Amino acid sequence: MIIELGHYLILASMLFTIGVIGVFLNRKNVIIILMSLELILLSISINLVAFSSFLNDSVGQIFSLFILTVAAGEAAIGLAILVVYFRNVGNIEVDQINKMRG
Amino acid sequence: MNLFFSELLLIIPELIIILAAILLLMIGSFSTKNSAKVVVYFSALTLFFVSFLEIIMPWDTGLLFTESLVENGFSRFVKSIIFLSSAFVIILSSKWLVRYDSKAFEYPILILFSSLGMSFMISANDLITLYLAIELQSLPLYVLASFKRDSVNSGEAGIKYFVLGALSSSLFLFGSSLVYGFTGSVEFFDISKSIGAPEINTGIIVGIVFILSGLIFKISAVPFHMWTPDVYEGSATPVTAFFSTAPKMAAMCMLVNILYGPFSGAFESWQQIIIFVSIASMALGSFVAIKQTNIRRLLAYSSIAHMGFALIALSSPLSSSAVQSLLIYMLIYVVTNLGVFACIISLETSEGETISKIDDLSGLSRRYPFIAFSMTMLMFSFAGIPPLAGFFGKYLIFRTAIENDLISLALFGLIISVVAAYYYIRIIKIMYFDELDILLTKSSSKGLNITNIVCTIFIVFFLLIYSFFPIAEMANLAAKSIN
Repeated sequence: MIIELGHYLILASMLFTIGVIGVFLNRKNVIIILMSLELILLSISINLVAFSSFLNDSVGQIFSLFILTVAAGEAAIGLAILVVYFRNVGNIEVDQINKMRG
Repeated sequence: MNLFFSELLLIIPELIIILAAILLLMIGSFSTKNSAKVVVYFSALTLFFVSFLEIIMPWDTGLLFTESLVENGFSRFVKSIIFLSSAFVIILSSKWLVRYDSKAFEYPILILFSSLGMSFMISANDLITLYLAIELQSLPLYVLASFKRDSVNSGEAGIKYFVLGALSSSLFLFGSSLVYGFTGSVEFFDISKSIGAPEINTGIIVGIVFILSGLIFKISAVPFHMWTPDVYEGSATPVTAFFSTAPKMAAMCMLVNILYGPFSGAFESWQQIIIFVSIASMALGSFVAIKQTNIRRLLAYSSIAHMGFALIALSSPLSSSAVQSLLIYMLIYVVTNLGVFACIISLETSEGETISKIDDLSGLSRRYPFIAFSMTMLMFSFAGIPPLAGFFGKYLIFRTAIENDLISLALFGLIISVVAAYYYIRIIKIMYFDELDILLTKSSSKGLNITNIVCTIFIVFFLLIYSFFPIAEMANLAAKSIN
């Protein structure tokens, strides 16, 4: 079987969907949300690299490098916010992040 | 080499902000004294200076750094408003900040970095730059949302904003990867050339929809508005003031840039989306705000509704009058919001917290008539009562809609603005006719008073200012420089 662009796109969109579902259906732990966000970003990188190789154009790979860098910064800030929250509340369960309603 | 320096000359304002931010970070970290006050002072000064620079700099178009940034009249006009409003936010939070934590010098620096990101967002001319700029703008905002380290609500606001913000960035990214794949380029000129072809690829349309949903999150319009009320309520009041002004302006103008720039060829496809988002935001923002008891939640829903009104202008095809009306509407929205937050921050409950319940305002007119007066004017302006600024904003928007045969949309906006008037006028009723029950104290500072007075004068005498200062011409020039 020859692996074509379409296969990569299907893989990337499957990973993207799994990531989005992970963000919304997860009721247990905020860390899992962070992992889902990383999964989403990696699926986008697969997309970009696949397009880049298909188009014979290096811009897509440069884009995916930038995404990896920003993802690291984003994860750092996310974990920092999580630590601040944990200090005040004592747990990081998603179900309990609902003090504000209205 | 010479070319490089001439390019650097065009982004002098951004360079000044970068240098100032780094320098102030050093001062803050290495000085042994409580440095928040000094850093606040200098960062506000930098932003005022830079905004002045944006206004007086020659309004010539320039493409910089292998066409990844564009400088034109539009970007200069928008940036001067963004920097000015960020500067006002810094001076109105100075007193709160020094009292909350006199060592917290990071606060103004985060605002500086965030406004830097906004200015690159406006100038971005390819998808990579745009993505990096959006992240540079959002990352400091996540930190600011959870800035009150000892408050549960603030941490919760931070987590919610972070998760949903990161998700929206990824939606944007997924869309841009599709647009890159199906047009073969990330540069706006090339994208607009490929989209201009008579037959538009379905992949591009899907990409545009993903990009739009990521950007609609940033302006907090329905259906991606869920974070707004919680983040506005949870964050500290001055931070909320920042959230509701400069980032909204920046995101809205970026939407103008990207819809009328690279995606202008797909107008028929995105017009439907924008009209739907506009109607849904106006309706939801106005109806849900009615039952709110927390004033910041109310302002959150009011900002959702205002974004809906601004999107009316965006749902017409590119014309300088559409962009001009949008710019003036957003300018008025930003000024009014700054004024309202200056009023709210200068009032405190007996425990020394800034007020949060609408009922806390009851009987305000007897204790602090000036604050009550300016709050009244600002609320009337939000509601769109004639001699005030808000009326002209709405008038320009509706006129654009009618000129472009979107009469039913304009009519819907008109009806909805009557609903919205209800909850704005309810605040005025509470301030003037309800019994005084909770003792409020005033915690005014020079910065708060100046912001309050400047915003109130702008709103009340908008007609005079409009006819004597070239706001309209500037906005018109800015609008013409798009396309």
